[in-house]
Amino acid sequence: MKTLQDCLQERILIIDGAMGTMIQKRQLSEQDFRGERFKDFHKDLKGNNDLLSITRPDVIEDIHKQYLDAGADIIETNTFSSTTIAQADYDLQSIAYELNVASAKCARKAADTATAENPGKPRFVAGAIGPLNKTLSLSPDVNNPGYRAVTFDEVTTAYTEQIAGLIEGGVDILLIETIFDTLNAKAAIYSAKTFFDKHPGKVKPIMISGTITDASGRTLSGQTLEAFYISIMHSEPLSVGLNCALGAEQMRPHIEELSKIAGCYTSAYPNAGLPNAFGEYDEMPEQTAHIIEEWAKEGFLNIVGGCCGTTPDHIKHIAMEVSKYKPRKIPVIANTL
Amino acid sequence: MTEENIIKPFLRLSGLEPLVVRPETLFVNIGERTNVTGSKKFARLIRGGLYEEALSVARQQVENGAQVLDVNMDDALLDGVAAMTKFLNLLQAEPDIAKIPVMLDSSKFEIIEAGLKCVQGKCIVNSISMKEGEDKFLEQARICKNFGAAVVVMAFDETGQADTKQRKVDICLRAYKLLTEKVGYNPQDIIFDPNIFAIATGIEEHNNYAVDFIEATKEIKQLMPLVRVSGGVSNMSFSFRGNDHVREAMHAVFLYYAIKAGLDMGIVNAGQLAVYDEIEPQLKKLCEDVILNIGNENNEATERLIVFAESVKAKGKEIIKDESWRLGDVESRLTHSLVNGITDYIDQDTEEARLKYPKPLDVIEGPLMDGMNVVGDLFGAGKMFLPQVVKSARVMKKAVYILTPYIEKEKEERRKKLLEEGINEDESGAPKILLATVKGDVHDIGKNIVGVVLGCNGYDIVDLGVMVPSDKIISEAKNIGASMIGLSGLITPSLDEMVHVAREMKRNEMKIPLLIGGATTSRMHTAVKIADEYDHGVVHVLDASRSVTVTGNLLNEQKATFLNDIKNEYSKLKSDFAKKRTTKQLIPYEDAKRNAVDIKWNEFTPVTPTFTGIKIFDDFPLEELLPFLDWQPFFIAWEMHGKFPAILSDEIIGKEATKLYNDAQEMLKTIIKEKWLTAHGVAGFWEVEKTAPDTVVVKSENVQELQFLRQQLKKAAGQPNFSLSDFIRPNEYGSDFMGAFSVTIHGLDKHIKRMIDDHDDYGKITLQALGDRFAEAFAECLHKKTRTELWGYAKNENLTNEELIREEYKGIRPAPGYPACPDHTEKRKLFKLLGGQATTKIELTESLAMYPPSSVCGWYFANPESKYFGVGKIENDQLEDYAKRKGMSVEEAHKWLRPLIE
Repeated sequence: MKTLQDCLQERILIIDGAMGTMIQKRQLSEQDFRGERFKDFHKDLKGNNDLLSITRPDVIEDIHKQYLDAGADIIETNTFSSTTIAQADYDLQSIAYELNVASAKCARKAADTATAENPGKPRFVAGAIGPLNKTLSLSPDVNNPGYRAVTFDEVTTAYTEQIAGLIEGGVDILLIETIFDTLNAKAAIYSAKTFFDKHPGKVKPIMISGTITDASGRTLSGQTLEAFYISIMHSEPLSVGLNCALGAEQMRPHIEELSKIAGCYTSAYPNAGLPNAFGEYDEMPEQTAHIIEEWAKEGFLNIVGGCCGTTPDHIKHIAMEVSKYKPRKIPVIANTL
Repeated sequence: MTEENIIKPFLRLSGLEPLVVRPETLFVNIGERTNVTGSKKFARLIRGGLYEEALSVARQQVENGAQVLDVNMDDALLDGVAAMTKFLNLLQAEPDIAKIPVMLDSSKFEIIEAGLKCVQGKCIVNSISMKEGEDKFLEQARICKNFGAAVVVMAFDETGQADTKQRKVDICLRAYKLLTEKVGYNPQDIIFDPNIFAIATGIEEHNNYAVDFIEATKEIKQLMPLVRVSGGVSNMSFSFRGNDHVREAMHAVFLYYAIKAGLDMGIVNAGQLAVYDEIEPQLKKLCEDVILNIGNENNEATERLIVFAESVKAKGKEIIKDESWRLGDVESRLTHSLVNGITDYIDQDTEEARLKYPKPLDVIEGPLMDGMNVVGDLFGAGKMFLPQVVKSARVMKKAVYILTPYIEKEKEERRKKLLEEGINEDESGAPKILLATVKGDVHDIGKNIVGVVLGCNGYDIVDLGVMVPSDKIISEAKNIGASMIGLSGLITPSLDEMVHVAREMKRNEMKIPLLIGGATTSRMHTAVKIADEYDHGVVHVLDASRSVTVTGNLLNEQKATFLNDIKNEYSKLKSDFAKKRTTKQLIPYEDAKRNAVDIKWNEFTPVTPTFTGIKIFDDFPLEELLPFLDWQPFFIAWEMHGKFPAILSDEIIGKEATKLYNDAQEMLKTIIKEKWLTAHGVAGFWEVEKTAPDTVVVKSENVQELQFLRQQLKKAAGQPNFSLSDFIRPNEYGSDFMGAFSVTIHGLDKHIKRMIDDHDDYGKITLQALGDRFAEAFAECLHKKTRTELWGYAKNENLTNEELIREEYKGIRPAPGYPACPDHTEKRKLFKLLGGQATTKIELTESLAMYPPSSVCGWYFANPESKYFGVGKIENDQLEDYAKRKGMSVEEAHKWLRPLIE
């Protein structure tokens, strides 16, 4: 069986598209979210997408399957908010670990089924580690810039639990994504590295995906792309890339820059354009794919997929367009000045 | 993305912005004032909880040029963890400070750890050491590594702090092994601090401390080339506390020697760094004796410095000049200063004018602009020359600099007043022109001159510097609301990059005109290649003096007519070009190969070089290069055309040329005396074998197969189709020899930066031009050595410098990228043969420009028949063959050889 590394050498790999968009399309009810187990829970649970991995695993597995059918080589677990810190919004801190295990298992099952059907194209599961709803570099209080709503230690505790759960559930990769505050990502990296130090048998490759929030070309916490890359280099990432916030068109110069400076593989999964006046993403699959095709042609990419607003149809089109091109070659890493 | 991208093991740090410490970075200033142990003011503010004010200390450090901010909260009266956390959290909210990386400085690891939890960028931990044994050291190092920090390791072990050179080196080596082998630290993330101790304390054992540090640094860098060395510089002068004048001089002298030895960074007061070259000679000598421990056996040097320190008083210099112009009114004095480039009185005259005129802006628009108009008229009439204009610009800049705060204040007041009246004033200042040397190119003399000339003409110049990628050019242009963009480039790949920028401007729907300039650019190239890529005006600007008319035309109401005229002119050029192209006759490559240079090989025996392999000329004496300096290109850099030395007595420009020449001679003296620049060269010779008509294999340790290009133009009967390989003996007659060389001039950056800070464009351009001259002179000198000694194929050569410049010697030294071998990518092989960056001290950019820019390289051919020629246009048949020979795709070869193909 080909390893992830073999596949990356050979072609541009496809990562899946939006989970949230696909869940929304199902128009699930409060009952769906609650399931049997939480039917009497004291808080509304609709919108806690990660919970569906426990209460409606069939839905999550089906979405994974759709992306796998569209050609995704890597699927992301449904764990964007599966930390004690993010689950606090629903009073569900206590099941954070369980959410990660359950979501990883859903994805594992779907991926393994697809691999069994076509062993020539092995599929991989990336454990999605989201950015949290609280940030370490920014104060939520404009009048008190030194204030922080959360501490580094609290964040590492939460991430360590998530990482342990994801690995328990069987992920192949840890994907620290939608990073808009680099310090949160550094806490996730710190958690992963410390976890690996303690469990040498459970080391997994790390993928890093940052988010450039606007035309300034910086992260929300103010870093330029290169500064961001330098700040996370110590994760010795399998890949570094960008996702979310921007459509493919706006993301292009940043991906171009990253492809030049990154000493590892590069990834990109943009939104389906920018949201329209109704907050909907209406870039058509062939439009997104057309823009991304040019990146592949220029040799910017190793891993590509979609974020908010993208669908299996987007992924299918992207996969088709980029299959014509060779993956980006990793720069030569010199060992002399 | 076809070319090979290389990532070097530089120390990379980040705040909000990256800081990459490259070999040419020279020295990283670490701001020391945000340290409670070193700054009383900062300590008082932190203890008093006045964090806002404490932040302003940090801001000052950044403004004064600190590239890293050292933060230390080690105070017995403070909760260090809390203070570190609070200060860093506040600092993150200040983008102008947070842009630079932080150095977390503490002797308590818990404070460092607290700091690590607050910074998103890649910071430096200062410091860890083996003073409490290996286990603790390894544990702390692992934590730092998981936080992704670079780490300062103090030369400190279980027995104490290292004082001698040997102990410093030994401890650092031991720590290096532990960090790289046991913790897996990247060597480039390790910074050693081999301890700078106080000298001149009166205790003789201390006298050699600076020397120990400097020598240890040298050896550490030799043994572990990827690590960096840092130090707390002000410790050294501790015994002179209270006497900043002496301390600053000591620091400057110490840094001068320590940086040479390999010191990469230091904790300094970024606002108080003396310039080595500007220290008074007496004090400099005293400092040197103390620091280098010369004649100090019984503290004699120390005593002398102490005596001097006690007598320090400011002394003025007296120079007698014709001062009669000082009697005129302030307007005429300002004009005089501007026209003659005198800065001595500009402060007081500007101030006088400011008080005389109702508004500060009136001073600029009135007497200063009047003065500059005189300069402009004289320049336009050919009565003033560029060097003088640049000097005038310097005076103007100084005057404007004095007035700016008043103007800003007034503006603010007016804005407020208008706002109160409900009017939001639309700010419309001088038209902004954005200048940049395109990505991959490092040359900027021409661009700087254009910037100065336009600046003198009232434009607001935003210069993005060199190696600027297209997206930055475009986003900045949008950002500042530029009225036009000017691109510059010297090497041929820059032409493609300019085309790229034009396309990107179109893609980004820009509307402002694009100006093209620089040595390789031409009206023809602009017309044929760039003009059609962008619809809102592309204009080639021949030289700086034309830039004023062009920009003027683009900003007044005639813009549309002007652009239309240009467009017509360019499309005519383009169609002429297309016509001409079809009339040029090229012959098939196969035929061209058969028409090679006919050399009577049976009568030829190659001369064997005195050695094969490479020979390195490090720090080659500049004095020996002086006879080889060719002044003509120096004057061309200043846009003064004429033969040297005749130009000095030219009726029209002779006087100015002489002045320029004298100023350059002065600077030359300083450069040599104060060792501003260092020259490094490498020459190599190898046995070679011609394996195909245009292929030569160099039998070095790392065998390189060189590929050459051949003329394909149909020649008159008896004229060969040249290729450089024709000068190498065909294999059937036996092998032959070939050589290669590179030379480079280091040290310009620091002085150029100083001159920029000092608004001294004149000095800057002179220095850049001299740097280029030195590089060329070195190439000439090395070639002569090669002919007469190293290779020795022309031992009896006896040529004058004029004859040398006329190239009347035997053998040639063509450079990859130039007409005889126009493929830049062959440069990679040349550098591999010469030992790469380690020996040549030259870095190749992605477009294969050489950095530092004052560098020259080339091949050596010794055959007496060898001569310079241009390959000229080639056909697809040769392109395809060449691509195959090089193992490149045809598209890539096409890209690099584009100027030869169309």
